[in-house]
Amino acid sequence: MSSRTAGHTDSPSDRPSTAIRIEAVSKTFDTAAVLHDLSLDVRAGELIGLLGPSGSGKTTLLRIIAGLDAPDRGRILFGDDDATGLAVQERAVGFVFQHYALFKHMSVADNIAYGLNARRRADRPAKAEIKRRVGDLLDLIRLSGFGDRYPSQLSGGQRQRVALARALAVEPRVLLLDEPFGALDAQVRKDLRRWLREIHDRTGQTTIFVTHDQDEALELSDRVAVLDRGRLEQVGTPDEVQENPACATVMKFLGDSVEVEAIAEGGRVLVRGRETPVVAPAGIIGPVKLYVRPWQLQLAEPESAHLSGTVRSSYRTQGRQRIEVVDTEGRVFAVEDFDGVRHPAGHPVGLRINGGHVFG
Amino acid sequence: MVETPRPRWTFRRPSVIPGFGISFGYTLTCLGLIVLLPLAGLVVKASGLGLSGIWNVATDPRVASALRISFGVSAVAALVASTFGFLVAWVLTRYRFPGRKLVDAAVDLPFALPTAVAGIALASLYAPDGLLGAPLARLGIQAAYTPVGIFIAMVFIGLPFAVRTVQPLIAEIDKEIEEASATLGATRIITLTKVVLPPLIPAVLTGFALAFARGVGEYGSIIFIAGNLPYVSEIAPLLIVIKLSEFDYGGAAAIATIMLGISFLTLLAINLIQAWSRRRFGYV
Repeated sequence: MSSRTAGHTDSPSDRPSTAIRIEAVSKTFDTAAVLHDLSLDVRAGELIGLLGPSGSGKTTLLRIIAGLDAPDRGRILFGDDDATGLAVQERAVGFVFQHYALFKHMSVADNIAYGLNARRRADRPAKAEIKRRVGDLLDLIRLSGFGDRYPSQLSGGQRQRVALARALAVEPRVLLLDEPFGALDAQVRKDLRRWLREIHDRTGQTTIFVTHDQDEALELSDRVAVLDRGRLEQVGTPDEVQENPACATVMKFLGDSVEVEAIAEGGRVLVRGRETPVVAPAGIIGPVKLYVRPWQLQLAEPESAHLSGTVRSSYRTQGRQRIEVVDTEGRVFAVEDFDGVRHPAGHPVGLRINGGHVFG
Repeated sequence: MVETPRPRWTFRRPSVIPGFGISFGYTLTCLGLIVLLPLAGLVVKASGLGLSGIWNVATDPRVASALRISFGVSAVAALVASTFGFLVAWVLTRYRFPGRKLVDAAVDLPFALPTAVAGIALASLYAPDGLLGAPLARLGIQAAYTPVGIFIAMVFIGLPFAVRTVQPLIAEIDKEIEEASATLGATRIITLTKVVLPPLIPAVLTGFALAFARGVGEYGSIIFIAGNLPYVSEIAPLLIVIKLSEFDYGGAAAIATIMLGISFLTLLAINLIQAWSRRRFGYV
């Protein structure tokens, strides 16, 4: 995925132009605040994932960009133009809904052609041109020959592809996808993810998609924006957010982690008096919480271990071994290790901490 | 595609619910006893006149004009009832306003009201000196005792059918469909005519058929407001009652049989249009 690395360059000189600027947007529904003063720049041509748990406001943000909801405060800019007051019809966005929202009484071809046919006569392409574009899009979504079918005759994955083609047909300024794979089963999800990435690489369409699935966001996005309770916690490439999570929320949301009581001392982080390779942020001294990923824990001899406990269970998944260790206070640590040795339940073990994060 | 051999047509499909035989028999018996037997009796009675006799009754100018009024005004009234019924259903389903439940309940009143009560109420309202009749009269429209009165009564009794048949479908409209249409740049008019309305057409047709059928068969509420002038505002059911009071049972049965035939053909036609529109709009 060459385009992905190309998008990572962050020096000011060759930074891509901003396609969409979200400026201090706030939104309240029935006294409950959904978005707090949220700002985000989306670069032209990038595929950005809005990641957050349910209720984090990510779908609301997407709908505000589309013009389906209006912000209470703040502005939405498309390029340099203020789009805040623009009606949804005039925004030229492509929106893909979780549940497809296809027009059931229209054939697949008519669904895709809908946006073109709905244009004013002056802007509407000729019939032959529309037909050609629909044909091209059917090829793109690998559904050539399905033009005459009705949505009810398609599978979920096929329907979502039609929905995407319908949104692409109007050549939108930005493509907005709201949990596009949420209603599909695991295998179809995976295929569609890869396929969406391919389409994005081919078309270069600026795309914002919403998901609550970390794997999906990390696999698919050029950049990930992590939202929690209406606030933007962190924006960065998948590597950045994983290597340097900005806060405990991001750390916890991006994957499994365990909390360990630790002491910060002159930049070092100690667990039970033993030094760890973790570096504490400047100015942090005293008791802290150390967040550790399962693969940053390793089974070890007691003399070199930071923690100890007994094995509760262990199982293998796809080449990895996952062991759950319980300490005397009943805390459970998930460990991912590759030693290939069987660890029977009840077996006493030590754990060494090879990495982790401390937040201010 | 591989052609799978078509399974032989069978009377019943496999189902987890037992009792096909008894329920099918019960259905046929009820349909026969309650619907078909009386209708057959009617046809038998009418056939006493012979085909030429029935033809004579049908071509009698007074009967012909009554049939024209009955079916013609019913069709117009059903059209109006289904149009306004659709609007009422739309507003009741799509919007939340104080008193919505009351209005919703009031829609059913024409169902429940004794037809004579409705007729008397409408007649006094639209009489030349009535609350609505007086202003209409000043505009030069005489509502009561003309076909206009028949039309008003038929709309009144047909409206609930039109409302209740489309209401559940309007409630089912997915809001995302409208939003999808808007994001694709469609104006509100296009969204309404191309996306929202087409799937509702079969239900609107059902409402039309029911309102029409009710209008054709209506008697009680119409005779009070119609004035019942032969050749002008006399409906076919009234003519049947007149024939009966003259002990002309054969003549009454003949008119009834003709009404039955026309009604059946009309409803059949509407059903066929409906089946076509279902296919057309993707209800497979």
